[in-house]
Amino acid sequence: MQNLEEILKNAQGEFDACATLVDLEQAKARFLGKSGALTELLKGLGKLSVEERPAAGAAINVVKQGVEQALQGRRNAILATEQAHKLGSETLDVTLPGRGRGRGRLHPVTLTLQRIEELFRSIGFEVAEGPEIETDFYNFTALNIPEDHPARAMHDTFYVDEQHVLRTHTSPVQVHFMQDRQPPLRIIAPGRVYRVDSDATHSPMFHQVEGLWVDEQVSFANLKGVVQDFLQRFFERDDLQVRFRPSFFPFTEPSAEMDMSWNGGWLEIGGCGMVHPNVFGHVGIDAEKYRGFAFGLGVERLAMLRYGVNDLRLFFESDLRFLKQFV
Amino acid sequence: MKFSENWLRSFVNPPLDSAGLNHLLTMAGLEVEAQTAVAPAFSGVVVAEILSAEKHPDADRLQVLKVDVGQTEPLQIVCGGANARAGLKSACALVGAKLPGFDIRQAKVRGVESFGMMCSEKELGLATDSAGIIELPADASLGQDIRAYFDLDDQVFELKLTPNRSDCLSVAGVARDVSALTGAGLCLLGIPEAAATSQKGKAVYVEAATACPRYCGRVVNGVNANALTPGWMKRRLERSGLRSISALVDITNYVLLELGQPLHAFDLSKLTGDIVVRFARSGEKIALLNEQLSELQTDMLVIADDSGPVALAGIMGGSVTAVSDTTTDVFLESAFFAPAAIAGKARRLGLSTDSSFRFERGVDFAGTRQCLERATQLVLEICGGYAGEIIEQVAKFPERAPVRLRVQRAAAVLGIALTEEKVAGLLNRLQFNFSVNGGVFEVTPPSYRFDIAIEEDLIEEVVRLHGYEHLPALPPMSDGLAMLPSPEERLSLDSLRQTLAAADYFETINYSFIDAAWERGLMGNADAISLRNPIASNMSVMRSGLWGGLLESLQYNLNRKQERVRLFEVGACFARREQGYVETTRIAGLCYGDALPEQWGEAAREVDFYDVKADVEMLTRGRTRFEAAQHQALHPGQSARVILDGQAIGWLGGLHPQWQQYYGLPRGAVVFELDAVPLLVRKLPAYTEVAKFPLVRRDIALVVDETVSVQALLDVMLEARAEVVDTISLFDQYRGKGVGDGKKSLAFLVVMQDTQRTLTDEEVDAAMARLVAAATKKYGAVLRS
Repeated sequence: MQNLEEILKNAQGEFDACATLVDLEQAKARFLGKSGALTELLKGLGKLSVEERPAAGAAINVVKQGVEQALQGRRNAILATEQAHKLGSETLDVTLPGRGRGRGRLHPVTLTLQRIEELFRSIGFEVAEGPEIETDFYNFTALNIPEDHPARAMHDTFYVDEQHVLRTHTSPVQVHFMQDRQPPLRIIAPGRVYRVDSDATHSPMFHQVEGLWVDEQVSFANLKGVVQDFLQRFFERDDLQVRFRPSFFPFTEPSAEMDMSWNGGWLEIGGCGMVHPNVFGHVGIDAEKYRGFAFGLGVERLAMLRYGVNDLRLFFESDLRFLKQFV
Repeated sequence: MKFSENWLRSFVNPPLDSAGLNHLLTMAGLEVEAQTAVAPAFSGVVVAEILSAEKHPDADRLQVLKVDVGQTEPLQIVCGGANARAGLKSACALVGAKLPGFDIRQAKVRGVESFGMMCSEKELGLATDSAGIIELPADASLGQDIRAYFDLDDQVFELKLTPNRSDCLSVAGVARDVSALTGAGLCLLGIPEAAATSQKGKAVYVEAATACPRYCGRVVNGVNANALTPGWMKRRLERSGLRSISALVDITNYVLLELGQPLHAFDLSKLTGDIVVRFARSGEKIALLNEQLSELQTDMLVIADDSGPVALAGIMGGSVTAVSDTTTDVFLESAFFAPAAIAGKARRLGLSTDSSFRFERGVDFAGTRQCLERATQLVLEICGGYAGEIIEQVAKFPERAPVRLRVQRAAAVLGIALTEEKVAGLLNRLQFNFSVNGGVFEVTPPSYRFDIAIEEDLIEEVVRLHGYEHLPALPPMSDGLAMLPSPEERLSLDSLRQTLAAADYFETINYSFIDAAWERGLMGNADAISLRNPIASNMSVMRSGLWGGLLESLQYNLNRKQERVRLFEVGACFARREQGYVETTRIAGLCYGDALPEQWGEAAREVDFYDVKADVEMLTRGRTRFEAAQHQALHPGQSARVILDGQAIGWLGGLHPQWQQYYGLPRGAVVFELDAVPLLVRKLPAYTEVAKFPLVRRDIALVVDETVSVQALLDVMLEARAEVVDTISLFDQYRGKGVGDGKKSLAFLVVMQDTQRTLTDEEVDAAMARLVAAATKKYGAVLRS
């Protein structure tokens, strides 16, 4: 039986000396193969007596299991080494940039409009739209600005023909909307508007958002509340205050200029007021039963304040170096 | 409206400093647009008289003066002003004086002691340039502080008045509002009625009584037209932005600023016959004061004499009858012209005058006669002469119907608590006449207010006096918490924007008005909608497509060294229709330069038609078809009409080389434009059973003529396909060896699937054979072995 222990020891030694699975297979054959050492021993069992055979067989099997165990152990070790080696060779520089497809951006005016729409939608305002080439009636007359009214001169209107203008504000949208729908109404009307005016602080085309709320119980103080709430949320500043100053718009009465507190001073941010009964008259809403308020905000103005843009013209130059900044 | 603060304070002087007054006016709706000091701060400058002037011993350009500054001893002052001469009264800065930018000390000038400095207007900051030292009239009192002499401790307020507040287009009008706002007393002018010392008169006939409800005129004869306008009047005019012209003209301007009543002075000797206020007759012309010859329309009101129109009523006088320095007799006119009669007429003639500005908005018709008296008083004082009787024609004044104001309604509209007492108090401060009964006021608006016709107008006055600043900001009340509709089959324009931004496009916003040449050339639109008053010739027509703006933006960026430009815009495009105009919202994109950003892992490659086509397909969620078609802006061999549900919705293609050259583009550009609205519709997803049986994939390669399009081949196969054929898609295209000249090989992947069972080989072969047969029959396709 001395021989058996030696075999196990030798097997262990030979297996450990193998560096590859091929070498290991060859070493395995030398012990467990057809003419391997253990196989030979098992073949030799037949020469033993019936009494001796079980004990000898059992002893050989114990060693055989030991050899197989040693083999498996070595196989696992070699596999692990090879795997580690393979993985090592597959190492990437994870800091190389990803395969770039490029990503565009939305225009800051769009971002601002999205923000405005989202905030107003959250308190139940619908978004309404209207044409940019408007009839004189919708842009002026229905908004209580008759022909020859001095207020028309304030608008610096682009004329298309006798009857049509480029809308000077998005207020005509409220007229269209009120013609189609009955109160209660809550809408905002965003869009492009046009004025004959072009310098560092005026663009002949810009964006406005008109807001309108018509219901039985709305008040001037609610208007101030809504505008203040909006501006506080828009700028994410709870301390932001809104101040109203008397002003004049033919389609609202009383009318106000809205200022908001900004950097220790007041900044003009838009116009507003209670819907003028004549406007209700044009669209067939009972001005005794319903009241409404309307406000207009300059979108570029809000975008400039929000993002710190200091030149209005940047919005319309399409300069990629500008557009790229609005991630 | 621009005026001197001191002038205003001569009417009303509330206990507020300049900043306080500014705030008060702004918060009352009379927005102060600018407030500027009339002079910078300085001190120690007094009225002085030059007693003698000797040449400086050591300097050619300097003189040594003896100057009387009202002290016991005259001062010796070295002066460089060429106009310094004995007997001249001027301004002298004494030793210790602080001037803008420097202080005056006793000094030696080229060896001669100097005890002060004679000042120019520039040195005092009163002018940007001046030729010599200040010259004062002989009656200036010696030693008087020059600030007091020139009334320099004053501010100029410039108001940005809204069109409804014509009552504040005068200093007295602003004073009236300040008095109402603060409760400070109002010092009204005592205007005497001039006694008639002349028999001269003029007959006045008002034919257009509705347009001219009140007309007052008076002759003043024997005036000195060359009289000097007094300094105080000149200063007030200048601080209101008006140049002094002549005493008579200055007086009419002064009364206009002071009381808001436009006046006109005619040279009596130039008027022939009676004065008639009437509408212009067809074809009549008038030479105006500004030397403009205007042809009049029959709705324009004129003042006429026997010779025809002599003034455009309420707008501007004629040049023929204007006062001049030879005028001795004047006919002064003070009239009320109705706003509706004046409105718009000046603008039609390309004019805007202080007079038309006021009449269009409304002038106090109760003050017409009094303002004439005020002008008379000033004429007699300054130019002398003899006043005749006032000739007055009065018709029906504008109605001032009582306006109802319900306290309860006012409180509800404003969202504040109000009582009858509070409202009565506010109306009293405004000096409005009213009666009240059970919370309902009947208010008669004053003659100077043209903006109070309905209850809301009074509510505005109430809250204006109450103070807009004191309005609470109340959270709105809801009519219930109903959710807004949210149609899932409608997409938003923003979702299209997001898609393109994710596909590496930058959003731009370009002007809706563009160059007419782009419309013609790029869009083939010869009938573009043009603006009547464009801001520039390259912004003169409304765009019918978006490519013009995108190409200009491309050029702008290429000029700034950008090499890869991908832009898009969403916006309205305009077209003419029989009944007016139609607007469609379109979405367009432009790609220029490399397909991908420069990077290590991908070879650089110029963007091509198929790159952009993929973007269009993504935008349309694969629902579109493309067919070769020609567009004047696109490369004839690389342009496709985009079709959605059988409707042409836009274009995709390479920019025509001719336009590439026109825009000076070194490389080609690929563009697309689509109607946005059809892209916003989608079907609500509806689940269908997922098949449990394996799918079968087969490839076929078909050789066809070059001219056969992939779409055509696909269409014929799809039409012929067996039910089990699920999809057919192209995966390769080959030309060259083994295919033959003028031919191409197209390889398709066919996926088959039966929802009920596993397909047999025979079924699959039969389905494939059917596809090939259809392609062969229609297009002579040959199966490539």
